[in-house]
Amino acid sequence: MKASRFDYHRPATRAEALDMLQTLEGAKILAGGQSLVPMLNMRYAFVDHVVDINRVDGLSGIEIGGNVRIGAMTRQRHILADPALKARLPVVAAALGFVGHLHTRNRGTIGGSLGHMDPAAELFGIATLLDATIHVESKRGPRAVAIADYPQGYMTPNLDPDEMIVGISLAPPAEGHGWSFIEFAQRHGDFAVVAVGTTLAFDAAGKVNDARIVLCGMGIAPLRLAAGEALLMGTAAEPAAIAAAADLATRQDAMSDALASERYRRHLAGVLTHRALTEARARASHGKVQ
Amino acid sequence: MSAVSIRVTVNGTPYERQVEPRTHLADFLRHDLGLTGTHLGCEHGVCGACSLLVDGRAVRGCLMLAVQADGAEVVTVEGLASAAGLSPLQEAFREFHALQCGFCTPGMLTTLVQLLEDHPEPTEAMLREELSGNLCRCTGYAGIIRAALKAAPLMKAQKETAA
Repeated sequence: MKASRFDYHRPATRAEALDMLQTLEGAKILAGGQSLVPMLNMRYAFVDHVVDINRVDGLSGIEIGGNVRIGAMTRQRHILADPALKARLPVVAAALGFVGHLHTRNRGTIGGSLGHMDPAAELFGIATLLDATIHVESKRGPRAVAIADYPQGYMTPNLDPDEMIVGISLAPPAEGHGWSFIEFAQRHGDFAVVAVGTTLAFDAAGKVNDARIVLCGMGIAPLRLAAGEALLMGTAAEPAAIAAAADLATRQDAMSDALASERYRRHLAGVLTHRALTEARARASHGKVQ
Repeated sequence: MSAVSIRVTVNGTPYERQVEPRTHLADFLRHDLGLTGTHLGCEHGVCGACSLLVDGRAVRGCLMLAVQADGAEVVTVEGLASAAGLSPLQEAFREFHALQCGFCTPGMLTTLVQLLEDHPEPTEAMLREELSGNLCRCTGYAGIIRAALKAAPLMKAQKETAA
Protein backbone atom coordinates (compact mmCIF):
# COMPACT_ATOMS: atom_id res chain seq x y z
CA MET A 1 0.00 0.00 0.00
CA LYS A 2 0.96 3.62 -0.22
CA ALA A 3 1.06 6.22 2.53
CA SER A 4 -1.59 8.92 2.59
CA ARG A 5 -0.44 12.47 1.87
CA PHE A 6 1.57 14.50 4.34
CA ASP A 7 3.83 17.53 4.39
CA TYR A 8 7.55 17.05 4.91
CA HIS A 9 9.79 19.20 7.11
CA ARG A 10 13.51 18.85 7.56
CA PRO A 11 14.76 20.95 10.48
CA ALA A 12 18.50 21.64 10.65
CA THR A 13 18.69 22.27 14.39
CA ARG A 14 17.14 20.93 17.54
CA ALA A 15 15.51 24.32 18.26
CA GLU A 16 13.93 24.34 14.82
CA ALA A 17 12.62 20.78 15.32
CA LEU A 18 11.10 21.67 18.70
CA ASP A 19 9.49 24.78 17.16
CA MET A 20 7.86 22.61 14.52
CA LEU A 21 6.59 20.09 17.06
CA GLN A 22 4.98 22.92 19.01
CA THR A 23 3.36 24.70 16.08
CA LEU A 24 2.40 21.95 13.60
CA GLU A 25 -0.83 20.07 14.23
CA GLY A 26 -0.67 16.32 13.70
CA ALA A 27 3.11 16.16 13.40
CA LYS A 28 5.19 13.02 13.82
CA ILE A 29 8.95 12.72 14.13
CA LEU A 30 10.74 10.68 11.48
CA ALA A 31 13.91 9.15 12.94
CA GLY A 32 15.22 6.01 11.22
CA GLY A 33 11.81 5.36 9.69
CA GLN A 34 11.92 1.61 10.15
CA SER A 35 8.73 1.61 12.24
CA LEU A 36 6.98 4.81 11.16
CA VAL A 37 7.31 4.32 7.39
CA PRO A 38 5.80 0.81 7.39
CA MET A 39 2.94 2.15 9.52
CA LEU A 40 2.42 4.99 7.04
CA ASN A 41 2.63 2.61 4.05
CA MET A 42 0.12 0.24 5.67
CA ARG A 43 -2.07 3.20 6.68
CA TYR A 44 -2.01 2.16 10.29
CA ALA A 45 -0.77 5.69 10.93
CA PHE A 46 -2.00 8.94 9.41
CA VAL A 47 -0.02 12.12 9.91
CA ASP A 48 -0.34 15.64 8.54
CA HIS A 49 3.30 16.57 9.00
CA VAL A 50 6.47 14.52 9.08
CA VAL A 51 9.38 16.18 10.89
CA ASP A 52 12.54 14.46 9.65
CA ILE A 53 15.29 14.85 12.28
CA ASN A 54 17.92 12.90 10.33
CA ARG A 55 19.89 16.08 9.61
CA VAL A 56 19.66 17.64 13.07
CA ASP A 57 23.13 17.84 14.59
CA GLY A 58 24.02 16.61 18.07
CA LEU A 59 21.48 13.82 18.44
CA SER A 60 23.78 10.85 17.96
CA GLY A 61 26.76 9.39 19.75
CA ILE A 62 27.67 7.07 22.61
CA GLU A 63 29.26 8.37 25.84
CA ILE A 64 30.48 5.92 28.44
CA GLY A 65 30.91 7.21 31.99
CA GLY A 66 29.19 6.13 35.21
CA ASN A 67 26.13 5.82 33.02
CA VAL A 68 26.04 5.05 29.34
CA ARG A 69 24.40 7.83 27.34
CA ILE A 70 23.25 7.15 23.80
CA GLY A 71 21.91 9.90 21.54
CA ALA A 72 18.41 9.33 20.19
CA MET A 73 19.51 9.29 16.54
CA THR A 74 22.35 6.83 17.06
CA ARG A 75 21.83 4.12 14.44
CA GLN A 76 21.39 0.56 15.61
CA ARG A 77 24.36 -0.51 13.51
CA HIS A 78 26.61 1.99 15.32
CA ILE A 79 25.44 0.79 18.72
CA LEU A 80 26.00 -2.83 17.65
CA ALA A 81 29.53 -2.11 16.39
CA ASP A 82 30.77 0.19 19.20
CA PRO A 83 33.75 -1.61 20.82
CA ALA A 84 33.75 0.39 24.07
CA LEU A 85 30.05 -0.24 24.60
CA LYS A 86 30.48 -3.92 23.83
CA ALA A 87 33.22 -4.11 26.47
CA ARG A 88 31.22 -2.28 29.17
CA LEU A 89 27.70 -3.52 28.38
CA PRO A 90 27.86 -6.60 26.15
CA VAL A 91 24.17 -7.35 26.69
CA VAL A 92 23.25 -4.40 24.44
CA ALA A 93 25.02 -5.84 21.38
CA ALA A 94 23.65 -9.28 22.22
CA ALA A 95 20.11 -7.87 22.08
CA LEU A 96 20.79 -5.85 18.91
CA GLY A 97 21.86 -9.02 17.13
CA PHE A 98 18.17 -9.96 17.21
CA VAL A 99 16.91 -6.57 15.98
CA GLY A 100 15.74 -6.67 12.38
CA HIS A 101 18.32 -7.07 9.65
CA LEU A 102 21.34 -5.36 8.16
CA HIS A 103 19.12 -2.94 6.21
CA THR A 104 16.90 -1.92 9.09
CA ARG A 105 19.83 -1.60 11.52
CA ASN A 106 21.58 0.68 9.03
CA ARG A 107 18.68 3.15 9.34
CA GLY A 108 16.95 2.30 12.62
CA THR A 109 17.73 4.38 15.73
CA ILE A 110 17.46 3.78 19.47
CA GLY A 111 15.25 6.85 19.94
CA GLY A 112 12.93 5.71 17.18
CA SER A 113 12.63 2.25 18.66
CA LEU A 114 11.74 3.66 22.09
CA GLY A 115 9.32 6.18 20.62
CA HIS A 116 7.52 3.44 18.68
CA MET A 117 7.36 1.21 21.78
CA ASP A 118 6.60 -2.18 20.28
CA PRO A 119 5.97 -4.43 23.30
CA ALA A 120 8.47 -7.06 22.12
CA ALA A 121 11.17 -4.66 20.87
CA GLU A 122 14.57 -5.76 22.13
CA LEU A 123 15.82 -2.19 22.70
CA PHE A 124 12.78 -1.42 24.85
CA GLY A 125 13.70 -4.55 26.83
CA ILE A 126 17.30 -3.38 27.18
CA ALA A 127 16.11 0.02 28.43
CA THR A 128 13.96 -1.73 31.03
CA LEU A 129 16.74 -4.12 32.05
CA LEU A 130 19.27 -1.33 32.49
CA ASP A 131 17.04 1.10 34.43
CA ALA A 132 17.06 3.61 31.61
CA THR A 133 16.24 7.27 31.82
CA ILE A 134 14.69 8.71 28.66
CA HIS A 135 15.73 12.30 28.02
CA VAL A 136 13.07 14.32 26.24
CA GLU A 137 12.89 17.95 25.22
CA SER A 138 10.24 20.41 24.15
CA LYS A 139 10.01 24.19 23.88
CA ARG A 140 8.86 24.03 27.49
CA GLY A 141 12.20 22.57 28.56
CA PRO A 142 13.91 19.24 29.15
CA ARG A 143 12.40 16.33 31.07
CA ALA A 144 13.85 13.04 32.28
CA VAL A 145 11.48 10.06 32.28
CA ALA A 146 12.33 6.92 34.24
CA ILE A 147 11.69 3.80 32.17
CA ALA A 148 9.24 2.56 34.81
CA ASP A 149 7.05 5.62 34.13
CA TYR A 150 7.50 5.53 30.37
CA PRO A 151 4.84 3.07 29.11
CA GLN A 152 1.36 4.56 29.36
CA GLY A 153 -0.44 1.84 27.44
CA TYR A 154 -0.08 -0.29 24.34
CA MET A 155 2.46 1.46 22.08
CA THR A 156 1.81 4.66 24.02
CA PRO A 157 4.89 6.31 25.50
CA ASN A 158 4.88 9.00 28.17
CA LEU A 159 5.55 11.75 25.65
CA ASP A 160 3.54 14.87 24.87
CA PRO A 161 2.94 15.74 21.21
CA ASP A 162 5.46 18.59 21.37
CA GLU A 163 8.16 16.46 22.99
CA MET A 164 11.08 14.74 21.30
CA ILE A 165 13.37 12.01 22.66
CA VAL A 166 16.95 13.33 22.54
CA GLY A 167 18.79 10.53 24.29
CA ILE A 168 18.75 7.65 26.72
CA SER A 169 20.92 6.87 29.76
CA LEU A 170 21.55 3.28 30.79
CA ALA A 171 22.74 2.27 34.29
CA PRO A 172 25.25 -0.56 33.85
CA PRO A 173 25.91 -3.18 36.52
CA ALA A 174 29.46 -3.37 37.96
CA GLU A 175 32.31 -4.42 35.67
CA GLY A 176 32.68 -8.17 35.41
CA HIS A 177 28.93 -8.79 35.52
CA GLY A 178 27.48 -11.76 33.67
CA TRP A 179 24.88 -11.19 31.01
CA SER A 180 22.61 -12.87 28.52
CA PHE A 181 19.94 -11.91 26.02
CA ILE A 182 18.07 -14.67 24.24
CA GLU A 183 14.77 -14.92 22.49
CA PHE A 184 12.34 -17.08 20.59
CA ALA A 185 11.03 -15.59 17.34
CA GLN A 186 9.33 -17.15 14.33
CA ARG A 187 12.20 -16.10 12.09
CA HIS A 188 15.54 -14.50 12.83
CA GLY A 189 15.06 -10.73 12.91
CA ASP A 190 11.34 -10.83 13.69
CA PHE A 191 10.00 -9.29 16.85
CA ALA A 192 10.35 -11.85 19.62
CA VAL A 193 7.44 -13.94 20.82
CA VAL A 194 9.27 -13.84 24.15
CA ALA A 195 12.76 -12.49 24.85
CA VAL A 196 14.64 -12.58 28.14
CA GLY A 197 17.57 -10.38 29.13
CA THR A 198 19.54 -10.59 32.34
CA THR A 199 22.61 -9.29 34.12
CA LEU A 200 24.12 -10.82 37.26
CA ALA A 201 26.86 -9.19 39.33
CA PHE A 202 28.61 -10.93 42.22
CA ASP A 203 30.45 -9.55 45.27
CA ALA A 204 33.94 -10.63 46.39
CA ALA A 205 32.40 -13.52 48.34
CA GLY A 206 30.78 -14.82 45.14
CA LYS A 207 27.23 -13.81 46.12
CA VAL A 208 24.85 -12.02 43.79
CA ASN A 209 24.66 -8.33 44.71
CA ASP A 210 22.87 -7.05 41.59
CA ALA A 211 20.37 -9.20 39.68
CA ARG A 212 18.27 -7.94 36.80
CA ILE A 213 15.87 -9.92 34.66
CA VAL A 214 13.56 -8.58 31.97
CA LEU A 215 10.85 -10.49 30.10
CA CYS A 216 9.80 -9.02 26.73
CA GLY A 217 6.72 -9.89 24.71
CA MET A 218 4.57 -10.87 27.67
CA GLY A 219 2.45 -7.71 27.87
CA ILE A 220 2.31 -4.11 26.63
CA ALA A 221 5.78 -3.37 28.00
CA PRO A 222 8.84 -5.35 29.07
CA LEU A 223 8.45 -6.71 32.57
CA ARG A 224 11.15 -6.79 35.25
CA LEU A 225 10.95 -10.08 37.12
CA ALA A 226 11.38 -8.36 40.50
CA ALA A 227 10.54 -11.44 42.57
CA GLY A 228 13.12 -13.50 40.67
CA GLU A 229 15.73 -10.80 41.13
CA ALA A 230 15.05 -10.67 44.88
CA LEU A 231 15.27 -14.43 45.11
CA LEU A 232 18.72 -14.49 43.50
CA MET A 233 20.20 -11.73 45.68
CA GLY A 234 22.71 -13.08 48.18
CA THR A 235 22.80 -16.52 46.55
CA ALA A 236 25.61 -17.91 44.41
CA ALA A 237 23.02 -18.22 41.61
CA GLU A 238 23.39 -21.96 41.91
CA PRO A 239 21.20 -24.18 39.70
CA ALA A 240 18.45 -24.48 42.34
CA ALA A 241 18.17 -20.69 42.68
CA ILE A 242 18.11 -20.28 38.91
CA ALA A 243 15.38 -22.92 38.61
CA ALA A 244 13.32 -21.13 41.27
CA ALA A 245 13.67 -17.79 39.47
CA ALA A 246 12.72 -19.42 36.16
CA ASP A 247 9.67 -20.94 37.83
CA LEU A 248 8.57 -17.45 38.87
CA ALA A 249 8.83 -16.37 35.22
CA THR A 250 6.23 -18.98 34.26
CA ARG A 251 3.78 -17.43 36.74
CA GLN A 252 3.70 -13.95 35.22
CA ASP A 253 0.74 -12.56 33.31
CA ALA A 254 1.07 -12.95 29.56
CA MET A 255 -1.00 -11.99 26.55
CA SER A 256 -2.45 -14.22 23.84
CA ASP A 257 -2.30 -13.15 20.23
CA ALA A 258 -1.99 -14.62 16.74
CA LEU A 259 1.64 -15.58 17.42
CA ALA A 260 1.29 -17.47 20.68
CA SER A 261 -1.09 -18.29 23.51
CA GLU A 262 -0.74 -16.99 27.03
CA ARG A 263 0.23 -20.47 28.20
CA TYR A 264 2.93 -20.86 25.59
CA ARG A 265 4.37 -17.44 26.38
CA ARG A 266 4.59 -18.33 30.06
CA HIS A 267 6.29 -21.60 29.16
CA LEU A 268 8.79 -19.75 26.96
CA ALA A 269 9.44 -17.22 29.74
CA GLY A 270 10.44 -20.02 32.09
CA VAL A 271 12.67 -21.85 29.61
CA LEU A 272 14.39 -18.69 28.39
CA THR A 273 14.87 -17.29 31.91
CA HIS A 274 16.52 -20.54 32.95
CA ARG A 275 18.87 -20.50 29.96
CA ALA A 276 19.65 -16.79 30.26
CA LEU A 277 20.50 -16.96 33.97
CA THR A 278 22.66 -20.03 33.45
CA GLU A 279 24.54 -18.30 30.66
CA ALA A 280 24.92 -15.05 32.65
CA ARG A 281 26.27 -16.93 35.67
CA ALA A 282 28.88 -18.63 33.49
CA ARG A 283 29.98 -15.31 32.03
CA ALA A 284 30.31 -13.44 35.33
CA SER A 285 33.68 -12.93 37.02
CA HIS A 286 32.10 -13.83 40.41
CA GLY A 287 33.92 -11.04 42.21
CA LYS A 288 37.32 -12.24 41.06
CA VAL A 289 39.60 -9.67 39.48
CA GLN A 290 39.85 -10.47 35.80
CA MET B 1 0.96 18.71 0.60
CA SER B 2 3.53 20.33 -1.63
CA ALA B 3 6.11 18.55 -3.73
CA VAL B 4 9.73 18.87 -2.71
CA SER B 5 12.72 19.33 -5.00
CA ILE B 6 15.52 16.81 -4.54
CA ARG B 7 18.90 16.10 -6.14
CA VAL B 8 20.03 12.52 -6.04
CA THR B 9 22.73 10.56 -7.82
CA VAL B 10 21.59 7.14 -8.99
CA ASN B 11 24.14 4.70 -10.44
CA GLY B 12 26.46 7.62 -11.09
CA THR B 13 23.89 9.81 -12.89
CA PRO B 14 22.73 12.98 -11.11
CA TYR B 15 18.99 13.73 -11.19
CA GLU B 16 16.89 16.65 -10.03
CA ARG B 17 13.20 15.92 -9.52
CA GLN B 18 10.09 17.13 -7.73
CA VAL B 19 8.70 14.42 -5.46
CA GLU B 20 5.67 14.05 -3.29
CA PRO B 21 6.85 13.54 0.32
CA ARG B 22 4.89 10.30 0.67
CA THR B 23 6.69 8.66 -2.27
CA HIS B 24 9.18 6.12 -1.01
CA LEU B 25 12.57 5.72 -2.62
CA ALA B 26 11.77 2.47 -4.44
CA ASP B 27 8.64 3.95 -6.06
CA PHE B 28 10.60 7.05 -7.01
CA LEU B 29 13.26 4.95 -8.74
CA ARG B 30 10.68 2.85 -10.58
CA HIS B 31 8.07 5.46 -11.49
CA ASP B 32 10.02 8.71 -11.78
CA LEU B 33 13.35 7.40 -13.09
CA GLY B 34 12.10 4.26 -14.88
CA LEU B 35 14.59 2.06 -13.03
CA THR B 36 12.39 -0.99 -12.59
CA GLY B 37 15.23 -3.30 -11.52
CA THR B 38 14.34 -2.56 -7.88
CA HIS B 39 11.39 -4.79 -7.03
CA LEU B 40 8.65 -4.22 -4.48
CA GLY B 41 7.12 -7.07 -2.54
CA CYS B 42 5.56 -6.18 0.77
CA GLU B 43 6.16 -2.42 1.05
CA HIS B 44 6.55 -2.63 4.79
CA GLY B 45 10.13 -3.75 5.19
CA VAL B 46 9.70 -7.49 5.60
CA CYS B 47 10.55 -9.12 2.27
CA GLY B 48 13.78 -7.31 1.31
CA ALA B 49 13.02 -7.32 -2.43
CA CYS B 50 13.45 -3.51 -2.62
CA SER B 51 16.88 -3.51 -0.94
CA LEU B 52 19.33 -1.07 -2.53
CA LEU B 53 22.42 0.89 -1.53
CA VAL B 54 22.29 4.45 -0.19
CA ASP B 55 25.73 5.95 0.39
CA GLY B 56 27.14 2.42 0.28
CA ARG B 57 24.77 0.97 2.87
CA ALA B 58 21.98 -1.51 2.23
CA VAL B 59 18.54 -0.10 3.01
CA ARG B 60 14.94 -1.03 2.37
CA GLY B 61 13.85 1.14 -0.55
CA CYS B 62 10.27 1.06 0.74
CA LEU B 63 11.22 2.33 4.21
CA MET B 64 13.03 5.46 3.12
CA LEU B 65 11.21 8.43 1.62
CA ALA B 66 12.57 9.69 -1.67
CA VAL B 67 12.91 13.18 -0.11
CA GLN B 68 15.28 11.67 2.44
CA ALA B 69 17.65 10.63 -0.35
CA ASP B 70 18.22 14.29 -1.23
CA GLY B 71 22.00 14.63 -1.68
CA ALA B 72 22.62 10.88 -1.47
CA GLU B 73 24.36 8.41 -3.78
CA VAL B 74 22.02 5.55 -4.63
CA VAL B 75 23.09 2.30 -6.27
CA THR B 76 20.45 -0.08 -7.59
CA VAL B 77 20.83 -3.46 -9.27
CA GLU B 78 21.15 -1.61 -12.59
CA GLY B 79 24.37 -0.06 -11.27
CA LEU B 80 26.19 -3.26 -10.34
CA ALA B 81 27.49 -4.30 -13.76
CA SER B 82 30.17 -2.28 -15.54
CA ALA B 83 30.83 -1.71 -19.22
CA ALA B 84 33.16 -4.72 -19.01
CA GLY B 85 30.29 -7.01 -18.04
CA LEU B 86 28.57 -8.46 -15.01
CA SER B 87 30.13 -8.04 -11.56
CA PRO B 88 31.79 -11.12 -9.99
CA LEU B 89 28.76 -11.46 -7.70
CA GLN B 90 26.35 -11.39 -10.64
CA GLU B 91 28.51 -13.90 -12.53
CA ALA B 92 28.48 -16.19 -9.50
CA PHE B 93 24.67 -15.92 -9.29
CA ARG B 94 24.50 -17.10 -12.87
CA GLU B 95 27.01 -19.87 -12.37
CA PHE B 96 25.31 -21.34 -9.28
CA HIS B 97 21.68 -20.83 -10.38
CA ALA B 98 21.17 -18.48 -7.45
CA LEU B 99 17.86 -17.33 -8.90
CA GLN B 100 14.80 -18.89 -10.38
CA CYS B 101 11.97 -16.38 -10.76
CA GLY B 102 14.38 -13.51 -10.08
CA PHE B 103 12.02 -11.41 -7.99
CA CYS B 104 14.29 -11.34 -4.92
CA THR B 105 17.52 -11.10 -6.92
CA PRO B 106 18.02 -7.30 -7.01
CA GLY B 107 17.61 -7.18 -3.23
CA MET B 108 19.86 -10.19 -2.72
CA LEU B 109 22.61 -8.68 -4.87
CA THR B 110 22.58 -5.21 -3.31
CA THR B 111 22.44 -6.68 0.19
CA LEU B 112 25.39 -8.95 -0.58
CA VAL B 113 27.42 -5.99 -1.85
CA GLN B 114 27.44 -4.51 1.66
CA LEU B 115 27.57 -7.86 3.45
CA LEU B 116 30.63 -9.04 1.55
CA GLU B 117 32.28 -5.66 1.98
CA ASP B 118 31.75 -5.88 5.77
CA HIS B 119 32.71 -9.59 5.81
CA PRO B 120 35.27 -10.29 3.07
CA GLU B 121 35.66 -13.85 4.39
CA PRO B 122 32.07 -14.87 5.11
CA THR B 123 30.93 -18.11 6.69
CA GLU B 124 27.89 -19.97 5.48
CA ALA B 125 26.25 -19.58 8.91
CA MET B 126 26.71 -15.79 8.85
CA LEU B 127 25.35 -15.55 5.32
CA ARG B 128 22.31 -17.66 6.17
CA GLU B 129 21.54 -15.54 9.22
CA GLU B 130 22.02 -12.20 7.47
CA LEU B 131 20.10 -13.18 4.33
CA SER B 132 17.09 -14.03 6.49
CA GLY B 133 16.20 -10.38 5.83
CA ASN B 134 15.69 -11.13 2.13
CA LEU B 135 12.96 -13.61 1.34
CA CYS B 136 13.50 -16.06 -1.51
CA ARG B 137 10.78 -18.61 -2.13
CA CYS B 138 12.34 -20.46 -5.11
CA THR B 139 15.89 -21.46 -4.36
CA GLY B 140 15.98 -22.56 -0.75
CA TYR B 141 18.97 -20.20 -0.60
CA ALA B 142 21.45 -22.98 -1.44
CA GLY B 143 22.56 -21.48 -4.75
CA ILE B 144 22.61 -17.96 -3.31
CA ILE B 145 24.94 -19.02 -0.49
CA ARG B 146 27.21 -20.87 -2.93
CA ALA B 147 27.33 -17.85 -5.19
CA ALA B 148 28.17 -15.52 -2.31
CA LEU B 149 30.95 -17.82 -1.11
CA LYS B 150 32.36 -17.96 -4.63
CA ALA B 151 32.15 -14.20 -5.16
CA ALA B 152 33.60 -13.14 -1.80
CA PRO B 153 37.31 -13.77 -2.57
CA LEU B 154 36.87 -12.35 -6.09
CA MET B 155 35.33 -9.16 -4.69
CA LYS B 156 38.08 -8.92 -2.08
CA ALA B 157 40.77 -9.30 -4.77
CA GLN B 158 39.00 -6.77 -6.99
CA LYS B 159 38.94 -4.27 -4.11
CA GLU B 160 42.62 -4.86 -3.33
CA THR B 161 43.55 -4.33 -6.98
CA ALA B 162 41.59 -1.09 -7.04
CA ALA B 163 43.26 0.16 -3.85
